[in-house]
Amino acid sequence: MNSVDVTMALVVGGLFTAGFHLMLQRSLMRIVFGFILLGHGTNLLLLVVGGSPGRPPVVQGEGTAPTADPLPQAMALTAIVITFGLTVFLVALAYRSWRLSGHDEVRDDLEDRRIGTARERAGNDPGPEHGAVDGTTDGADR
Amino acid sequence: MTGVLPALPVLLPVLGAGLTLFPLSHAVVRALSTGVLTLVLACEAALLVLADTRGPQALHVGGWPAPLGVTLVADRLSALLLTVSTLVALAVLVFAIGQGTAEDRTPSVVVFHPAFLLLITGVSLAFLSGDLFNLFVAFEVMLAASYVLITLDADENRTRAGMTYTIVSLTSSLLFLSLIALVYAATGTVTLAQLGPRLAELPDGLRGAFALLLLTVLGIKTAVIPLHFWLPDSYPTAPAPITAVFAALLTKVGVYALLRTQTLLFPRTDVWTLLACAAIITMIVGILGAIAQDDLNRLLSFTLVSHIGFMLFGLALFDARGLTGSILYVIHHIVVQAALFLAAGLVVGRTGTAALHRMAGRWPPGVLVIALFAVPAMSLSGIPPFSGFVAKLALLEAGVAQGGPVAYALAAAALLTSLLTLYAMTRVWTVAFTARVAGHREEPPPEPDTPAARPSGTRFMFAAAAGMTVAGIAIAVCAGPLAELGERAAEDLLHPRDYRSAVLGEGDR
Repeated sequence: MNSVDVTMALVVGGLFTAGFHLMLQRSLMRIVFGFILLGHGTNLLLLVVGGSPGRPPVVQGEGTAPTADPLPQAMALTAIVITFGLTVFLVALAYRSWRLSGHDEVRDDLEDRRIGTARERAGNDPGPEHGAVDGTTDGADR
Repeated sequence: MTGVLPALPVLLPVLGAGLTLFPLSHAVVRALSTGVLTLVLACEAALLVLADTRGPQALHVGGWPAPLGVTLVADRLSALLLTVSTLVALAVLVFAIGQGTAEDRTPSVVVFHPAFLLLITGVSLAFLSGDLFNLFVAFEVMLAASYVLITLDADENRTRAGMTYTIVSLTSSLLFLSLIALVYAATGTVTLAQLGPRLAELPDGLRGAFALLLLTVLGIKTAVIPLHFWLPDSYPTAPAPITAVFAALLTKVGVYALLRTQTLLFPRTDVWTLLACAAIITMIVGILGAIAQDDLNRLLSFTLVSHIGFMLFGLALFDARGLTGSILYVIHHIVVQAALFLAAGLVVGRTGTAALHRMAGRWPPGVLVIALFAVPAMSLSGIPPFSGFVAKLALLEAGVAQGGPVAYALAAAALLTSLLTLYAMTRVWTVAFTARVAGHREEPPPEPDTPAARPSGTRFMFAAAAGMTVAGIAIAVCAGPLAELGERAAEDLLHPRDYRSAVLGEGDR
């Protein structure tokens, strides 16, 4: 295995950092972008591990220069198809979520919110809770 | 003919999925998908017999030899899990057809059957995969189908839950892909059979990092606490049959991948303390979460998380007895958890609510439904005549035989969790089924959210749930032969010589 190209290592690291940062945001669109960046980073990593570039790995009978390793390229190709397909699905899901709820924020966790409101209820009456799953919100304290 | 047998569990469902996309009548599609699954089940039973009598069956797809091409391997463990999972999938399919989930409201698009068959394709491919990258592809096929199923016909809540599920799964998949890239960079291969010896040559630190990353990735997929948070959030929102098949199969594929990769790639001779701690926390925290729930489906989801800990118990011990216990527990749990979720589907369909406190005083769900819920519930808690007892006994014996503080801690946690499971199930019983609320308004149940079940469909639903319950009892009845088969599979895992020679050919190790 040859030494690693520093530029590529930095690019992959940068894509991972930006991707994870975006994934931790509240907006669904940013999460989708985060996934896209992470996917690119991973695919690039797959290409980098193939070692140094060389001739196309096609058997032609002439030339003794080292050929590139075809296996990581095949894997990267498969991974690109998969990440592309799932990105499209994710965008569609984010769109449906936006259509249904009118915003693309990820709301608080149901459980978490219920614990929060249960604590508040000691003092005052809670407001109407929207988006509750069938009868589960008012079950905890009965 | 026997040469292509390992390919059929993957090929048949994917071809079936393609066929069901054509605009056919509902009856034809139903017959097609149940027929395909029955055929697959027959193939897998044959595969199990072959793998048990003649050793691991390997198929090099396209004639490419092992390190280059895609290799499908069926040894005892994969064939056994294939058979059980397809059996459960068939029962769930019958239930879904009966309930009407399978028929979409818009007749032009038929989504359920192709997605369901693709899910089975992914599950089969994961059980048969001979290399890491193929395992990743199998996970993606399976998860992509599950994303579709969990957001099928979804309202706002289910879309939100589906989003959580999708994003968490995708993140773990990308981490898995990064791991594959790094492993390839370090060893130059992704074939499982070759990786073991090559990873052993790496420095300890690098090897440990790979093992940890793999544990994290598969830990997310199997919902090991503290990586479990997505599961109780997303599973209960889906319709009963979809939740049942997810609970039965998806996490178990992760457990299988853990069993396969950790024994083959990172073999060890001592107890794995880290995994043992994860197993203990998973068991205890999971079941405490279940006790706190008021929603029947959420309660069952938390017990699912909790009982993943039992499967890790055996792997953490890392000896033949422990692995036997894990294998038995996976088989028992696939069947019983599916039975429980199907029975819960019947209960919710009958009472119109999943909230336990609201079931009290409603129409009682009927003796048959209660029996269909009670038998798997007792089996899950490990009451003696049922399958859970057999699996738990095997694990506890393994723990005691191993000795040592970690093994005893595991055994104690397992016992405590079994007791608490019994408590959680009894709570469902007393709060929902037998409680009579004084002065409670005796209202007729509202129409359930799921498409109204046809009278003939209800019979299918009962038949499927009863079939699963009977299968659970059958596991207990056949405990002897099954345990012997499990022992042989565990020996295969610990001594993978046959596996390696089947994949790589003789003399090339």
